[in-house]
Amino acid sequence: MTTAHATLRASALATYVLSLADDALVAAQRMGEWIAAAPQIEEDVALGNIALDLLGQARSLLTYAGSLADPPLTEDDLAYWRDERDFLNVHLVERPNGDFGVTVARLLVLSTYLRELYARLIHSTDDTLAAIAAKAVKEVDYHRDHATMWVLRLGDGTEESHARMQAALDAEWPYVAELFEGAQIDPSLVEQGVAIDPATLRDAFDRRVADVLNEATLILPDVRPAVTGGRRGVHSEHMGYLLAEMQYLARSHPGASW
Amino acid sequence: MVQAGSPSQGGSTDPQTGNRREWPLFEVFVRSRRGLSHVHVGSLHAPDAAMALRNARDLYTRRQEGVSLWVVPASAITASSPEEKDAFFDPAADKIYRHPTFYDVPEGVEHL
Repeated sequence: MTTAHATLRASALATYVLSLADDALVAAQRMGEWIAAAPQIEEDVALGNIALDLLGQARSLLTYAGSLADPPLTEDDLAYWRDERDFLNVHLVERPNGDFGVTVARLLVLSTYLRELYARLIHSTDDTLAAIAAKAVKEVDYHRDHATMWVLRLGDGTEESHARMQAALDAEWPYVAELFEGAQIDPSLVEQGVAIDPATLRDAFDRRVADVLNEATLILPDVRPAVTGGRRGVHSEHMGYLLAEMQYLARSHPGASW
Repeated sequence: MVQAGSPSQGGSTDPQTGNRREWPLFEVFVRSRRGLSHVHVGSLHAPDAAMALRNARDLYTRRQEGVSLWVVPASAITASSPEEKDAFFDPAADKIYRHPTFYDVPEGVEHL
């Protein structure tokens, strides 16, 4: 296992795929916490669907990343048997859920970013990544629609909902910049057309989000980026608790199935 | 508007008045494929019609049940009442000439 993990970290492609996979996996885990706790049962199902879409993307990406290891690793090896420093997700997705407004704000940010990313990855010269992106782009487009619907209604709703929606945006915005950092991506992957330099997605992201916020009578937060480092495996204090819950069962009962 | 982050389901509660603020009820119709008509499949709650359509997508088309969705406010439906059942429906019972039983259906005709 240790050797296999070492070959993964040594591979630029595997590192890139893992960063995509871990964003989706950790976002799915957080979103899943809403199940049986959403404001309405209809919303419960909607958030559950979104979490399952993200989990599906994570599974495809983890399986692909695992296939690049020597000897190969499974999706379960990667999801359940890596420790915190081996996860390459951004801080945005590991942050606690907060209230429904925070979840909606984060979903708007994440899905708008993923929509732009997957729309470009469809044309990746890596066939597997292109195929995963082709399926995922329709899913995240729907997530963006769902988040947009709620941001409009909460932002342009009551005084209370407007204030909480704006507070949620202000809280999440310091973590937006990390999505567009490409420093950890091997430049040769971008040159070969395998990977997308996320910095090139920022303009489209800003335009789309600004459109939604304007219509929702919300203000684009003007805040300094938080200190992060998720792509290097440096995480916030929230990550350990999330992993403990996600990995507990698999580690307590290795190889269990039903 | 929904009370964001409320732990209780099935409608949120106004903290001042204690009143439950229910979302309106919508009836959902799904057309399973082209050439067929929309069929009533159930109902759901949503803050407005646009959200109802999306909730309907999540609740009633998860397994590729449809190619088209309608949502209708339940309050917009006028229904026949159980007391009127006899007057409404019984007179049709003995009028067999209304049934298309007097000619043969050509082969290969579906959905008739």
